[in-house]
Amino acid sequence: MSEMLLTHYNYWVVMVLMMIGFYIVIAQGNLVKKLVGLNIFQTSVFIMYISAGKVRGGSAPILDDAVTIYSNPLPHVLILTAIVVGIATTALGLALVIRIREAYGSAEEQEIQEQNQC
Amino acid sequence: MLIATAIGIAISRDLLSVVMLSSIYGLLSANFFVTMDAVDVAFTEAAVGAGISPLLMFATIAIVGRYEKLPHRRVLSALLLVMITGALLIVATLDMPAFGAADAPVQQHVAPRYIQQSGEEIGIPNIVTSVLASYRGFDTFGEVVVVFTAGIGVLSLLMLAEGKSAKPVAEHLLKASHHKILRIVSKALVAPILLFALYVQFHGDYGPGGGFQAGVIFAAAIIVYAMLFGLDAARQAINQTVVRVMAALGVLIYGSVGLVSMLNGGNFLDYSVLAKDPLHGQHYGIIVIELGVGITVAAVMVLIYFSFAGRLIDRRGANE
Repeated sequence: MSEMLLTHYNYWVVMVLMMIGFYIVIAQGNLVKKLVGLNIFQTSVFIMYISAGKVRGGSAPILDDAVTIYSNPLPHVLILTAIVVGIATTALGLALVIRIREAYGSAEEQEIQEQNQC
Repeated sequence: MLIATAIGIAISRDLLSVVMLSSIYGLLSANFFVTMDAVDVAFTEAAVGAGISPLLMFATIAIVGRYEKLPHRRVLSALLLVMITGALLIVATLDMPAFGAADAPVQQHVAPRYIQQSGEEIGIPNIVTSVLASYRGFDTFGEVVVVFTAGIGVLSLLMLAEGKSAKPVAEHLLKASHHKILRIVSKALVAPILLFALYVQFHGDYGPGGGFQAGVIFAAAIIVYAMLFGLDAARQAINQTVVRVMAALGVLIYGSVGLVSMLNGGNFLDYSVLAKDPLHGQHYGIIVIELGVGITVAAVMVLIYFSFAGRLIDRRGANE
């Protein structure tokens, strides 16, 4: 068990972060807060990819004669672009929140649903 | 530390502190990426997670309101659901390969080929850049288009109603130039940040960096300027129509590199045919498309910030 702890702690950190994000998204009504929760969820996935690409004793994937072991460059590429796409979609989400607030006068999920039922 | 910050975010009801904490969270995860050898990723995360995304959220809570009104609902059932899902996921991780193992499946597939042959095939030291721009050029093109589309989406959501509420603006609320220290420090910072962005852009072949990072850093410099001297000054310095055209231009540059390589008899985005020597072709192709990426990302980020801040000023003007 303690061996598992040492070799798998990265996944567990990811899961804990992911669940915190998930909790924020489902339990809290404020739309901005939900987006922050989604961001945490997203970062946990990033961390999972990057830690999967790490090789023990490896170095950053920039070719150099003195280095023989490199970490895996592929997850880095995927996550690099994902971060930038993530901020663009977050911005889109925030813009939607602003428009919702203007239309309903509120950014709370519950109040918006009540207004819709009337 | 990441977990502590995330819990803080979950508990706090003051959205301002939530945004502050998420900025710290971004910086922490950037540090984490450095220790994981992912220097390019850390670069991006530091600029995006700790810089631009909290800024946009500040702008949003300035419009939407700072405090959560309602108590959190369904707390118990949500906690239960989260616990169960988390426990199942952790059970699933027991089958995963150990952290840092060199024989994990992830390290076996195409990664060794990238590491061993990209030096000969592409001829640039930074493997991340050569994978990003050359081997997986299609994906990157798609992502640039997504960023561009998101920019258009924000514009169409926030700019359309702007004409109606054009009133004299309470400018001083949004600019910080009456703080002397802030003004002088940031004034000194803007030019070096811009210069650094250019360095990151053109040095991406050899060290960590590239179009995405450079674009974000460049946009951060312009946003600092806009916060300092007010949106109007920034809009005067940087024409908005030009920024819009730039956003499209970046995508266009990227796509046309692909078309040119087709015209030269290769496949779409196959740079080897761009010059007589395939290595030179790869070099040209990567530099040009990184430029396209940088232009689009910077222009879209600036556009997004401008439309958020513009919306903020409109509201302030309308309230008075």
